[in-house]
Amino acid sequence: MILQQIFDGLTLGIVYALIAVGYSLVFGVLRLVNFAHGATYAFGAHIAMVVIVSANFGLFWGFIASVIVTGLMTMLMDRIALRPLRIKKSKGISALITTIGCSYIIQNTLMIVFGSRSKWFPKIFDYGNFNVGGILVKSTQVGIIAVSVALLLALTYVVHKTKIGLAMRAVQQNSKAASLMGIDVNKVVSFTFFLGGASAAVAGTLISGYYQIVNPQMGFVAGLKAFSAAVLGGIGILHGAVFGGLVVGLAESLAAYYIGGGYRDAVAFIILIAVLIFRPNGLFGKKVIEKV
Amino acid sequence: MPSPILELKNVNTYYGMIHAVKGINMEIEKGEIVALIGSNGAGKSTTLNTIAGLLKPKKGEILYNGKPLVHSSAADIVKMGICLSPEGREVFPDLSVQDNLRLGAFTRKDKAKIAADYEKVYSLFPRLAERKTQVAKTLSGGEQQMLAIGRALMSDPKVLLLDEPSLGLSPNLVMLIFDLIKDIKKLGVTILLVEQNAKMALKTADRAYVLETGRITLEGTGKALLTDDNVRKAYLGNI
Repeated sequence: MILQQIFDGLTLGIVYALIAVGYSLVFGVLRLVNFAHGATYAFGAHIAMVVIVSANFGLFWGFIASVIVTGLMTMLMDRIALRPLRIKKSKGISALITTIGCSYIIQNTLMIVFGSRSKWFPKIFDYGNFNVGGILVKSTQVGIIAVSVALLLALTYVVHKTKIGLAMRAVQQNSKAASLMGIDVNKVVSFTFFLGGASAAVAGTLISGYYQIVNPQMGFVAGLKAFSAAVLGGIGILHGAVFGGLVVGLAESLAAYYIGGGYRDAVAFIILIAVLIFRPNGLFGKKVIEKV
Repeated sequence: MPSPILELKNVNTYYGMIHAVKGINMEIEKGEIVALIGSNGAGKSTTLNTIAGLLKPKKGEILYNGKPLVHSSAADIVKMGICLSPEGREVFPDLSVQDNLRLGAFTRKDKAKIAADYEKVYSLFPRLAERKTQVAKTLSGGEQQMLAIGRALMSDPKVLLLDEPSLGLSPNLVMLIFDLIKDIKKLGVTILLVEQNAKMALKTADRAYVLETGRITLEGTGKALLTDDNVRKAYLGNI
């Protein structure tokens, strides 16, 4: 039975990883926790629902539309609400509050447009169940894992092997020097928000297809858990976010089974607090050296 | 006389609330090394940051080959051929030497020429070639300075702005860096050099300006300023 819980937990965890990576990307470049990320995830799920359920275009186009529209929405959010703060060199806390504000604006917009009730979402990758060595493996889970892993690999490739990825890492390490190299920092930030929004959109679509339910508040708990996953792994570090996501997913699944469903959501945060006491910068985090 | 490659006309820049640069005029001819010396807080770095587009002047004009520069972004200014190697080196600490240099060439698309420029930088700084794959934060101070200059050279600049290249280096390395600056001049790059080490700067430069609390108080050839009484008293420690 434990293997079953582990497998289910990993499925959930890889999706948390996908959301957590979005926090990490934006934090890496801007040193900002984007608290609108959870709402972005819900936004992505709703766009997919419109395309798949209402317009009946199928899953593939649902993903594509959700990725593009959600990515553009987060870029727009940065452009309208966050960039002016950077130009004015306002304190980090202002940007943080702004993202919380944006989170509610997105969530309320979803409620106004779609209503606050939960809505049905079709099961994705539904080709039946298999029994692998005593574990019940749903094809939906296999599909979720495959899409998530592919996307995480793609993101890693972009960040570590492409020119724009090099620019992202440069801005992350020293944005002043990056602009001296002729890098348009605002463009890099926009691109980073797009990647974050896009991965949240995919995660939102996957989870909606797993639980077959969509509602405007779905991003709240998922967002917080993914955030704790990102911090757990060391925020700003991609593989840390992935590892953190898997830990949170596993913990949630095992806790629900062995301790009781009531502890499902709490256990991620218990682990987070425990890890932070011993490793304040997260599992993969490095000590930040103050520049002289 | 040919028109200068870089010209500052009555440039005024505020650094926060401080009026750091108060109406300075400078002319830099193509191919020369010009030094800007002065004590701490005189406005030297502010001047360079203004030229590089990191700070915008409140008043005045900066002309590059006769064309106004002050409305261009820092990124565009690099593309036009002016690159700043900033004070304190500001290399990308967790990137390799190679990636740091790659970022120097970020705005360029001419692949063949970029490849040739890597070789040029590596032959100028053999120490960097030995440490290609090492991350920048593991380099010594002198090596980081070489990397900062090499990175700026990778943008294929017509004008190189050097902010305190000798800061924090041992006397041997200071000599080496100034020798390298002369080598860079031979490659046809015009250099504007900001230095606290006034003696070395004046020895190296063709011409120099003395900046005091945001105003230019003296200008002349490097040699003339080296023997100027006021300069000797204020900046050369009365040797």
